[in-house]
Amino acid sequence: MYDFSQLTQAIHLFLVQHLNSSSVAIVELVLVGLLFLTMYAILGLTLVYMERKVCAFIQNRLGPNRVGPLGLLQTVADLIKLLFKELLMVKKADKFLFNLAPFIVVIASMMTIGALPFAKGFQAIDLNIGLFYIISITSLGVLGILLAGWSSNSKYSLLGALRSGAQIISYELSVSLSLLSIIMFTGSMQLSVIVESQANGWWIFKGHIPVFISFLIFLIASTAETNRGPFDIAEAESELTAGFHTEYSGIKFAFFFLAEYMNMFLSAALAATVFLGGWMPFHVSGFEGLNQVMDFIPPIVWFFGKTFTLIYVIMLFKWTFPRLRVDQLLTLEWKYLLPINLVNTIVIAFVVVMGWYF
Amino acid sequence: MNFHETFFILLAAIIMIFSVLVVTTDKILRAATYLLFVLLATAGLYYWLQYEFMAAVQVALYAGGIVVLIVFSVLLTHQIHHKLVSITLTRKLLAFGIAGLGALVSIVTIVNYDFNTAPAEAMKVDVRQIGLHLVNTGHNGFALPFEVVSILLLAALIGAITIAKKEESNSDNI
Repeated sequence: MYDFSQLTQAIHLFLVQHLNSSSVAIVELVLVGLLFLTMYAILGLTLVYMERKVCAFIQNRLGPNRVGPLGLLQTVADLIKLLFKELLMVKKADKFLFNLAPFIVVIASMMTIGALPFAKGFQAIDLNIGLFYIISITSLGVLGILLAGWSSNSKYSLLGALRSGAQIISYELSVSLSLLSIIMFTGSMQLSVIVESQANGWWIFKGHIPVFISFLIFLIASTAETNRGPFDIAEAESELTAGFHTEYSGIKFAFFFLAEYMNMFLSAALAATVFLGGWMPFHVSGFEGLNQVMDFIPPIVWFFGKTFTLIYVIMLFKWTFPRLRVDQLLTLEWKYLLPINLVNTIVIAFVVVMGWYF
Repeated sequence: MNFHETFFILLAAIIMIFSVLVVTTDKILRAATYLLFVLLATAGLYYWLQYEFMAAVQVALYAGGIVVLIVFSVLLTHQIHHKLVSITLTRKLLAFGIAGLGALVSIVTIVNYDFNTAPAEAMKVDVRQIGLHLVNTGHNGFALPFEVVSILLLAALIGAITIAKKEESNSDNI
């Protein structure tokens, strides 16, 4: 009923009629790029606003409420302020790497958004190794963080970057392993195929206990991978000022900030796509009436509904749990999550072979 | 020259320029960054050839793995002011000569090789096929190399743990 591929196909045919093949490719690249950049910016602003409101709600405050109705324009005002701020340069810093680092972080998070299926046919590129593509691109972000910490020529930045690096590299293992469980169930890494395979029930219901364990591990590990609280010892304000981005100001600081929020969006969206059916509506086989009603809700609402619910959960983590020490952080990953994950992977292989899922 | 070829030239230019910069820069972390660009552009070439799996492996393994490892170890050892020792002229000439010889051999081989397009239809590489080939002992199977690599990795891990482990006698003295 709601199929974006008809719309994109219509635009494509219109362009083919009027331009030659190279120009069509260029125009489509520009259109997709503009669409995703706009979406990226709007999502970033929304997430920052949401974080402040959720934080205020938990701490019994009102949060932003002066600029615009309900403070909705507060983040826009903040962005304009950041755009006009001076870009400070650290003396004796490595200028080239210092300026390059925020772009690596932002580009890495931007590139992953393109592979996400927002709705049927609403996906910039549907690679047949979509999930692996996302995992591999997210591993680039850590390089930007390490370079930022080193080139700032500041002890806070360097310590923050080392902690971030160790944390992200460790938790990447758990993230990939927990995603592997769904790859084993579907036998495909193509995100659209993974979503289609959940038409008769989401994997978290179909795969019951082992998938639920993977889902929990994914939530914990991806929160840690995005350097968010309670795993934000790398940017612990009370001891390291701000971690790897201490020396950054203005829009370059905003890039790090934006990339962090977009990585949070990415992990929530990925969890929603892989475990909770993505844009697939809630279906129970046998109840045709319910399924019809659920199909009536547009897929884009389903996708963003699931994603923002998960984002809310991740924000609750940050504002309720106390911060973990560095050694506790690494103990959690290497001594608990990773062994549980490995055993879980074997259990899932067994479940898949025996066909013990719905 | 169409759109498709423009991309190849762009990627090739990135690879060539940054490969030269990797060996000519005198700052070690910049060399690592330039190496990152070279590896990413190589991944871009794989995407350009529509071999996405290889490209993702290239990014995850080389850009996300090896370069991160290099940068991490540089962070642990070097100061920001540290510069590499400048190389003497004889060494430069020698290196240039060897590199030129290598390039000559490669170019001659490529020019003389008879490239003919395969008649078969391009194969669709999906994850199921890759998995089947990896643990297959028969035709086109990679079970033996796969196992040998796993044993090598295991040996490397055990070696790393042995090196990092504290000595028994040291802990007794405390």
